[in-house]
Amino acid sequence: MKAQRSTKSYVAATPWLDPEATPFIQIKGLSKQFDDFTAVDNVTLDIYKGELFTILGGSGCGKSTLLRMLAGFEVPSAGQIIIDGVDMANIPAYDRPINMMFQSYAVFPHMTVEQNIGYGLKKDKLAKAEIATRVKDMLHLVQLDELAKRKPHHLSGGQRQRVALARALIKQPKVLLLDEPLAALDKKLREQTQFELINLQYELGITFVVVTHDQEEAMTLSDRLAVMDAGRFIQTGTPTQVYESPNNRFVADFFGTINFFNATVVSADPATNTVCAKLEKTGTQLKANSDVAFATGTEITIAVRPEKIIVSQQRPEGDHLTITKGTVEDLAYYGNRSLYRIRSQSGRIIQVSAQNYQRSEALVLEWDDEVFLSWDSSCNVVLSE
Amino acid sequence: MSDSKRSVTKPYRQPLGDKLWRNFVIGVPYFWLVLFFLAPFAIVLKISFATPIVALPPFTPLLDFSANASHWLLATWDNYRFLTEDNLYWVSYFKSIKIAAISTFICLLIGYPMAYGIARATPTTRNILLMLVILPFWTSFLLRVYAWMGLLGKNGIVNSLLMNIGLIDTPLQMLYTDMAVYIGIVYTYIPFMILPLYATLEKMDTSLHDAAADLGAKPWQTFIDVTLPLSMPGIIAGSLLVFIPAIGEYVIPALLGGIDSLMIGRTLYDEFFVNRDWPLASAVATLLLIIVVIPIMLFQRSQQEQE
Repeated sequence: MKAQRSTKSYVAATPWLDPEATPFIQIKGLSKQFDDFTAVDNVTLDIYKGELFTILGGSGCGKSTLLRMLAGFEVPSAGQIIIDGVDMANIPAYDRPINMMFQSYAVFPHMTVEQNIGYGLKKDKLAKAEIATRVKDMLHLVQLDELAKRKPHHLSGGQRQRVALARALIKQPKVLLLDEPLAALDKKLREQTQFELINLQYELGITFVVVTHDQEEAMTLSDRLAVMDAGRFIQTGTPTQVYESPNNRFVADFFGTINFFNATVVSADPATNTVCAKLEKTGTQLKANSDVAFATGTEITIAVRPEKIIVSQQRPEGDHLTITKGTVEDLAYYGNRSLYRIRSQSGRIIQVSAQNYQRSEALVLEWDDEVFLSWDSSCNVVLSE
Repeated sequence: MSDSKRSVTKPYRQPLGDKLWRNFVIGVPYFWLVLFFLAPFAIVLKISFATPIVALPPFTPLLDFSANASHWLLATWDNYRFLTEDNLYWVSYFKSIKIAAISTFICLLIGYPMAYGIARATPTTRNILLMLVILPFWTSFLLRVYAWMGLLGKNGIVNSLLMNIGLIDTPLQMLYTDMAVYIGIVYTYIPFMILPLYATLEKMDTSLHDAAADLGAKPWQTFIDVTLPLSMPGIIAGSLLVFIPAIGEYVIPALLGGIDSLMIGRTLYDEFFVNRDWPLASAVATLLLIIVVIPIMLFQRSQQEQE
């Protein structure tokens, strides 16, 4: 789903791996206290120039408060925000080199599309002629040329979203903040808009900070993302890192579905990056990759994504496979794929997502079919918390 | 089987009771307005075309079907013509409009910050503040105007206070001046300004203020560009609620105003009760309605068309 950039530029666009790179936005020990409630709790984060960074979390996790502190609408209780080398502490919202696209878009209802988009430039006291040309260019960029004279209540949700985006982009901010940019759009429009956003960001080279509760939106948009819960960052990384190597149960569970197995460590060898573990009920032994030197007997969780599991009616052959047996208890046919809930011998339900790569009008598997489940041992994710 | 089928295919029809009830609910206030507003106004309008006589009632009937009448319709424009001839009426119309307009403006200046403050307060404080705005209504209006007489009089509280602290030697003439009328009107009508303003300011989306600040507007610019234009409906509603009753105000200028503060309400009262010229008084009232209400109606219509 991620809009592909050329391999070359994608490699170059990983400044967080470069220890020499200077971060564009530095958030240091930032906290926000509301009476006796801590909305943001000692958050530290570096965001690099031209990055599309997403802060992901459920409602009330503090992500919006963090964004509002970046914009200057909330004063931090502690900590520091540095943007392009300048400490933002004493700079009010109207003087920050930051613009924001609001969740409800906050388009001025009494101004036309044109006036909305030109508002920021007007406040910068630019010449009328220049404002006019830049507004025209911006209208063209967001494909609203025809609607320049309309009032917002004659626009659709998607059009209003583009007005809000154009209004925020026209001042060519160093950082663009987007609060749930796609939440108010319907599914088709979301998919289209998210590619438009990525392309726009790539063309303009503006650093985007997005806040969202939608994990799919976060995955498709971001260069990197941070998962936030109760005012803290739980994990920061690229979408693939966070999805494939979650560092705890919360993150693993937050992204899509995942099967958890309780297990105890039999042996661990950090040198070869392997852990041998025994499943709680059945005692099945399995191997997983981990460089942590677990002591024997440590309780861990093994997590496996449903799409990593292969369902077959014959016992599969191969090395490094984790194999178990079960019966199909429930299935859901989605067209491109099917979701199976399979009761293993131990009585546990395992979720499996299988691509329907064969063309068949009959179901590949029926209820109560006996099946083998197998997956490569490298798909076992070891979670210690 | 056939029964259930019929009930499914039967088109939904609104029960008769519903429709009756709805018409009744809408009908009651209309009936009320016709009975207590339109009908009396029609009577006033009728009287304004009559001629005063010394009789009971003190005016000629409009329609005369008796045999010796030369015309069955006895309408006359004389009352209206008289209003244009004597500039006393124009002076008091003008004075009323001036006092009402200035009072409305002062109410707006004082009321807007108050309404804004209430709208931005925390919910508990907000309720207390709103209660304080409405509280004066719990005592008699007349009593409160008398209280102002006590405050502003020669030996009133304000004068004795100023004399005690040595700011003035002789008491200031405050009562029976235009200033006292302004104070009275602003004091009495300010809740009518605050409440509609509060209603519009309270429901205003605060993210619009954030958006303006985000785009580089300083707080005062945000106010001019966003808050003020979006609170226009409240400003208009509040201004009308103050201006319309203020223009016909009788009690306040009568009690607090001087001999020369001749507002139209006073003129009307004099014509009606002192001169007992009901037709002329009716003409004064009708003209007031035309002068005030018609421009307001036209203004509101143009506002609606803009929407």
